Amino acid sequence: MLNTKSAPTQARDNLISQKVASLPPSGIRKFFDLLSSVEDVISLGIGEPDFVTPWHIREAGTYSLEKGYTMYTSNSGMPELRQELASYLELRYGVSYHPEHEILVTTGTSEGLDLALRAIINPGDEVIIPDPCYVAYPADIILAGGVPILVPTNEENNFVVRATDIEARITKQTKAILIGYPANPTGAVMSKKEADAIAGLVKKYGLLVISDELYARLVYGAEHICFPSLPGMKERTILISGFSKSYAMTGWRIGYVAAERRFIQALAKIHQYTMLSAPTMAQLAAIEALRNGESEVEKMVQEYNRRRRFMVKRLNEIGLSCFEPKGAFYAFPSIKATGMNSEEFAERLLLEEKVAVVPGTAFGQCGEGFVRCCYATSLSSIEEALRRMDRFVKRIG
Amino acid sequence: MKEIFEILEQNGRATAEQISTMVDKPVSEVEKIIRQAEKDGTILKYKTIINWPKLGEEDIWALIEVRVAPQRDVGFDAIAERIYQFPEVYSAYLVSGTYDLAILVKGKNMQGISSFVTEKLAPLERVQSTVTHFLLKRYKENGETFHLPKEINKRLPITP
Repeated sequence: MLNTKSAPTQARDNLISQKVASLPPSGIRKFFDLLSSVEDVISLGIGEPDFVTPWHIREAGTYSLEKGYTMYTSNSGMPELRQELASYLELRYGVSYHPEHEILVTTGTSEGLDLALRAIINPGDEVIIPDPCYVAYPADIILAGGVPILVPTNEENNFVVRATDIEARITKQTKAILIGYPANPTGAVMSKKEADAIAGLVKKYGLLVISDELYARLVYGAEHICFPSLPGMKERTILISGFSKSYAMTGWRIGYVAAERRFIQALAKIHQYTMLSAPTMAQLAAIEALRNGESEVEKMVQEYNRRRRFMVKRLNEIGLSCFEPKGAFYAFPSIKATGMNSEEFAERLLLEEKVAVVPGTAFGQCGEGFVRCCYATSLSSIEEALRRMDRFVKRIG
Repeated sequence: MKEIFEILEQNGRATAEQISTMVDKPVSEVEKIIRQAEKDGTILKYKTIINWPKLGEEDIWALIEVRVAPQRDVGFDAIAERIYQFPEVYSAYLVSGTYDLAILVKGKNMQGISSFVTEKLAPLERVQSTVTHFLLKRYKENGETFHLPKEINKRLPITP
């Protein structure tokens, strides 16, 4: 029987787990609150496509509701979807996964990332990540009981982690390397040579790679290197990806993980106790996306590319030097010439010119001196935003 | 090169300079291609899509099915030409199916359109019959939607 009388009262002051309480809030969140106080803002701070999900995909989702597909699916995802995913990965990147045992459909790529980390991390295990990187990487590692080890990247190496820098940080506790290319927030892509060098380390030290390839389809004049397609890497990689960016399906929350059976089994264990299965409507829409979405993807990529060229050129003209981002839909210009730090720049630009960009520091200390500008917004908005930024830089300079 | 025209088709006011950045080609080359296209009829005209009802100006439109007798040697072209030269005819197509020509006619009012049909179109020697459909509502034209508010920003201003 529970003896409530003798329970120490002080225990109840710690109702929130220490791990969570000590986790810093997302740097983006802080900026979001400030932004809500300003009106008529042109936002280059958005991390999602401005396109609405292509109509044929939305129509498939609607149809699934009309037909009454409203129940759970198999934990791992609908067999047809896993089959389509297996064919897609095989055709596009030449890496073959068994649809039944090696693919898991998740509620967005975010779930896949969380599952992968929780499935492999023992308390104190170290996971190496690039700095700057997507906001969830360090937080998810900590929540899984691991320790994020940051590897600085910079403009000189185009914001791609170098194998030598990784190797310098490998310890006995190192469990995995978590990489995400094309990258949010920098737009960097990883070349074959760079990927090969990391693969070498993985073999040498018996590590694991979690490769977040959500932006794989959004590359411009560069080839996307699917990490598990490198020799010997399929058995050492957990590939996570999804439909959000390439098919403009952020709100559907649909993604997937592909890896060898032993990993998928481990991830699926957590998935079945937490998420059960990904939304059925979204799975049916995803099948349609894979079967008939190619031309829409190409159209969007072409449009992003035009805006990308425009934005990068203008940023450089304004004097905010910007290396050429070859993937995702972000430019990551340096604002060092203004003498301000990232937060100050972003805050003043917002208040004085009503343009929102995200301070690079929201993505790690190495983001200092940079801001993230998203070009997934109409060309006219990009033009106006850059006009205002030009005015701003001239005024303070 | 096709990409230049795709951009212009979406935005007739895009400048050669803007286009050159977007397609990553020198401005001079883009200018040359556009000039050539204007000359050789690849670019027919630069127009603006106006939402006239917003200004309280509402033209009356009708889609008319026309059955005609084709002519030796010239087929449907000669009669089509006679019809499409009327300024009232906004678009004209030769179509397969139960009738031959589909024409879109614009008039100030219903009277205007019916007099065009009865006095100009129907009496033509080779026109066998016409069926006139008045347009009740325009939903989408030239790829542009009329009734959906286009600029609803559904996205949050900052997302990771």
